Amino acid sequence: MPDFEPVLLRRIEKKASPWLDAYRADGGYRALEKVLSSMTPAQVVDEVKNSGLRGRGGAGFPTGVKWTFLPKDHPGPIYLCVNADESEPCTFNNRILMEEDPHQVLEGILLASYATKASTAYIYLRYEYGKSFRHLQKAIDELYSANLLGQNILGKGFNLDVYLHRGAGAYICGEETGLIESLEGKRGWPRIKPPFPAVEGAFRKPTVVNNIETLACVTHVIDRGADWLKSIGIAPDAKNPRDAGSYGPKLYCISGHVNKPCCVELPLGISVRELVDKHGGGVWKGHKAKGCIPGGISMGIMTEKEFDTPLDFNGPGKVGCLGLGTAAVTIFDDQTSIVDVLYNICRFFAHESCGQCTPCREGTGWMYKMMDRMRRGQGRLEDLQILDEVAKSIGIMPGTTICGLADGAGWPVKNAITKFRGELEDWIRKGKKSEHRSRVARMT
Amino acid sequence: MSALSDELRKKIESYLSRYPSKQAVTLPALHLVHDEQRCVSREAIKEIADLLDLAPAEVYDSMSFYEFFREEDAPLGKVRLWVCRSLACSLRGGEELLRHLCQKLAVKPGGTTADGKISVEFAECLGACEGAPAVMVDDEHKHNMNTEKLDELVNELKK
Ligand SMILES: Cc1cc2nc3c(=O)[nH]c(=O)nc-3n(C[C@H](O)[C@H](O)[C@H](O)COP(=O)(O)O)c2cc1C
Ligand code: SF4
Ligand code: FES
Repeated sequence: MPDFEPVLLRRIEKKASPWLDAYRADGGYRALEKVLSSMTPAQVVDEVKNSGLRGRGGAGFPTGVKWTFLPKDHPGPIYLCVNADESEPCTFNNRILMEEDPHQVLEGILLASYATKASTAYIYLRYEYGKSFRHLQKAIDELYSANLLGQNILGKGFNLDVYLHRGAGAYICGEETGLIESLEGKRGWPRIKPPFPAVEGAFRKPTVVNNIETLACVTHVIDRGADWLKSIGIAPDAKNPRDAGSYGPKLYCISGHVNKPCCVELPLGISVRELVDKHGGGVWKGHKAKGCIPGGISMGIMTEKEFDTPLDFNGPGKVGCLGLGTAAVTIFDDQTSIVDVLYNICRFFAHESCGQCTPCREGTGWMYKMMDRMRRGQGRLEDLQILDEVAKSIGIMPGTTICGLADGAGWPVKNAITKFRGELEDWIRKGKKSEHRSRVARMT
Repeated sequence: MSALSDELRKKIESYLSRYPSKQAVTLPALHLVHDEQRCVSREAIKEIADLLDLAPAEVYDSMSFYEFFREEDAPLGKVRLWVCRSLACSLRGGEELLRHLCQKLAVKPGGTTADGKISVEFAECLGACEGAPAVMVDDEHKHNMNTEKLDELVNELKK
């Protein structure tokens, strides 16, 4: 296969200037001009729908279809909430897009707003992305000066304001309704759905929530057409009538024990093995991989034997993982204890559970405490059973919690107990202690 | 004397036109005050609430949800130095870095050096995992850290 030509990273890999003049010289805002002069909002929605584009934020919902859930002929206002909270551990592709090519993202925001008839777009940006904040703000200022934002954009009667809204270090504000609550100035507690945001979202108005990478893809779908996206990636599984396919390029993040951690753009469907060997420079120090988390820590754990699994919307599920997630792969080598990996993951979720649902608040806390005990050499064999039970009982899927954080917290635990049971039992029987030192973190 | 200067008030008010509700200015207001005053005092909470037509308890409720904002009993030092402890960093020595830093500065995570220069924090994934282990100075990432580089950074920040 010839090397894939990056599209989302095209300007970034060339180290092109992120600012407006350079972006326009490279064909930027051509899609916007086309849409404003020759397409109706409904046509833009159709184009995105026909492209098969699915959300890159983790859930993989078809983007154009989501837009059609907005009420018809609504008097407005309608809001676009841009999810730039990117807090799933091991994920950093949105950051690269915002820092290095902010206009590509902003053009997608303009196009999505036109399609959905949104008059205001809020970019909910995690606080930790200071450079993204400054670059996006500068790019937004450029757009206002060039009449590409504000009133009567390019003289075509389209109005849009875009505002940056900085978060304050809470993972849960990436969940779309947690995001909306946080935007409204409240604590970031996810809402019970329905109503879905498309019907009642920000400020009780119809709202679309889309991820940064999704919106960057929209720019190219409109510029190059639906067929372009469909020419990349994996067609729907003929045996599965509900599969919407895995079309388009994807920004994969590779980190952990590889020689060259990086973000790389490839057609959806690449395997973990190819990612590691061809793009991540192989496992570090000449070691072998033990396993990986395939799409952020919420998607569970893959063993090295499962590395040929394609990372498309269906692949990870075939080996018991939760899904593609953010397509952020973190490798751990064969010197690493699965106990340390699980401990780290459980600590994250215990820290980040918003506390609203008792099964999630208590369950993530118990799992963390049990893993802490295990890594200090005081685990009991029956802990594995309890861990498994807790992991299986918290989440939207078992119907006990409001949002998917709890599903993501349970999944790596379930996977580890199935896939690494031998190692866990051996650890407990021998009363092994973690060599990995994080006593400081425990003081908090 | 009021906790918020006229300038700070004006800055907060400039956000009102962005949102259909005043309450939505809560986070921007907290950030503005926190950045400048290194904490959000009880008095500042009351004044923000006044500006936004809210009860102080509503502002406090939102504020305390985010462990990000400091109250007046534990204000931030001049800079806030975060060390990432999440998976990608932890696999490449992030936790050891945090331990090293705490020992060097004789503070626990959340604490501030005696000279008031540096507040040390642990962070969950900073989104800088290609440069793990990563740290963050206020809101700027520093990639590929090790103890030597961290020592240098600390010396720089202590100046
Ligand atoms: C706990 C949790 C955290 C999430 N964090 C993010 C996030 O940081 N960024 C994001 O785009 N989506 C995140 N999502 C998914 C969003 O709820 C939502 O599905 C997504 O923003 C929709 O955008 P898309 O359709 O363009 O993917 C999260 C979901 C859950 C349950
Ligand atoms: S599942 Fe957990 S994070 Fe989600 S709303 Fe419930 S308590 Fe909060
Ligand atoms: S895990 Fe540390 S920056 Fe992502």
